[in-house]
Amino acid sequence: MLHFVQLVVTGLVIGSVYALVALGFVLIYKATSVINFAQGEFLLVGGYICLWLTVDCRVPFIWSFVLTMGFSVILGLLVERMVLRPLIGEPIITVIMVTIGMATVLRSLVTLFWGTQIRVFPQIFPQEPLSVAGIVISKVYLWTMAAAFIFMMVFSIFFKYSRTGIAMRATAADQQVAQSMGISVKRIFAVSWCVAAVVSSVGGILIGNINGINITLAGFGLKVFPAVILGGLDSIPGAIIGGLTIGILENLMGGYLDIYLGGGVKEVAPFIVLVIILMIRPYGLFGTVEIERV
Amino acid sequence: MPSGLFHTNYEDDEKILQTLWLKCWMWGFLVFLFVVFPNVASSLSAIFGINVLHMANMIGIFIIGAHGLNILTGFTGQISLGHGAFMGVGAYTSGILFMKAGWPLWLSLPAAGLVTAAVGMIFGVPSLRLRGLYLAIATMAAQFIIEYTMRNWTSLTGGSAGLNIDPPVIAGLALDTDKRYFYLVFVLVVASTLFLKNLLRTKTGRAFVAVRDRYLSAEIMGVNLFKYRLLSFGISSFYVGVAGGLFAHYNMIISDEHFTMWLSIQYLAMVIIGGLGHVLGGIFGTIFMVLLPELLRIPSQALSNVYPNIFAIFGTLRELVFGVVIILFLIFEPDGLAARWHTVRAYWKLWPFSY
Repeated sequence: MLHFVQLVVTGLVIGSVYALVALGFVLIYKATSVINFAQGEFLLVGGYICLWLTVDCRVPFIWSFVLTMGFSVILGLLVERMVLRPLIGEPIITVIMVTIGMATVLRSLVTLFWGTQIRVFPQIFPQEPLSVAGIVISKVYLWTMAAAFIFMMVFSIFFKYSRTGIAMRATAADQQVAQSMGISVKRIFAVSWCVAAVVSSVGGILIGNINGINITLAGFGLKVFPAVILGGLDSIPGAIIGGLTIGILENLMGGYLDIYLGGGVKEVAPFIVLVIILMIRPYGLFGTVEIERV
Repeated sequence: MPSGLFHTNYEDDEKILQTLWLKCWMWGFLVFLFVVFPNVASSLSAIFGINVLHMANMIGIFIIGAHGLNILTGFTGQISLGHGAFMGVGAYTSGILFMKAGWPLWLSLPAAGLVTAAVGMIFGVPSLRLRGLYLAIATMAAQFIIEYTMRNWTSLTGGSAGLNIDPPVIAGLALDTDKRYFYLVFVLVVASTLFLKNLLRTKTGRAFVAVRDRYLSAEIMGVNLFKYRLLSFGISSFYVGVAGGLFAHYNMIISDEHFTMWLSIQYLAMVIIGGLGHVLGGIFGTIFMVLLPELLRIPSQALSNVYPNIFAIFGTLRELVFGVVIILFLIFEPDGLAARWHTVRAYWKLWPFSY
């Protein structure tokens, strides 16, 4: 039982980061209908920039966090302006492929600058773990979860009430109508990519604080796919619930099945879940069901 | 004398090689490929400093796979991020049947194709109800699941230590040199290209193109979407499975490291750079993608005096260039090399009267 609860708690923490990254993913999909395969690389770049500033440049963690956010905004803008904008209106295969190409470029740039060795953040959060009723939770986990939820809250409020957020939702609903109401769709696209880059790099920094950073962190970004498919590709609450569920599921499956299947179940379990969801309920829990009949 | 092609009967119109000129070129090319090239390859290797026959064999194997992906992505409009893993399924099937069950090559290679087709169709099923982007995600999941199976089903696949495979024997002749294998690979390349070219002229091929261009209209016209998408997935996986089998026997050792996501991405890059929906696209794209690392080696060698550690980062550099090339192609030449080839050819055909 204790083992079970421990796994669930760990899953919840990892899941909250999935949820955060999935939020950025869903946002891009909603506003621009682009599937971003470079989400994991945004995570990687954010994590490395923050690590580099903190460790190599000796900037206090808070400031390097803020600087990383600034950098992510620039990265999002650059990517949108240089790579995605020329492809507006192109077939979906082209757009998917260009994000894959972008992922390759970002990943190899990271390798060129920082190598492939695993690197760890200096101790930022207090070391001694918290123990509640026999369940051990390290402080980093609590902070991670708290930070993830704060960011999710901030962005949810931003979408719901701010002027830009409303414009973004309008664009997601119908680009042409939004444009005719005086919304600059180009600007909304740029903002979407910025927000996605920012939430991803927050995710990267949080995960980096738990496990350290190396190039395999990019694979973490691919796990948002099961999360968003479970929640529904175009649903923000879906992304959050999907992220948490996938986090818990992968930890449970890893914890209980690893001994039978010989390790690494955690890495593949989300994708098995993904295939099952696509078989049963392809539009996820909260996604818009598109009915096409002939 | 007519200034152009004017067909007066249907037989002429349906010919693959429509003029005598093209026919001569094609036969000339085949003679060069099978008679001249293997014999001069060793001297070419000496000139360029690379093993030309080895490169040719790799190109041949990947052309078959790229044709497969082109059927799915280029002609049916379905994207697959799992063809690297599907190639692995073919490689392991052929290798295991050949080594452990003692099947001859001419049985194990088609079996590899069939098993891969079955696996591909299983992963194709859920997404057939859905649009392109869901298929991309489902096949990506397939990639990871198959990779995991290859790595962890140790009793069958040998795990990450890999599976050793002997060179195949055909009619008492062991195909253990590059030159002997060249004939096997390129006979299959020619056969697969011819099959693809003909497939597109059949009812099935036209249904694929209809599904790609506007699937709702295709369905209204009576094209069974489910059937043709699944069929396209099956044929495509068959091709890539055969390519995997050829790769297994050529490389003589296979492990999960050979069939990662990176290979799937390379396959996609091949068909996109070559030209989606062109038979020549798979061929041009594969040649480009296989030769690109070799071309990169030349400036690297020149730069190695200035930056001594350039070979340590060569793999990364190659990835970077791959990524940049993909992005540039998509933005500036979305129809790929095959379209460029057609423009150049049309230009020379009409020169100097280009209108």
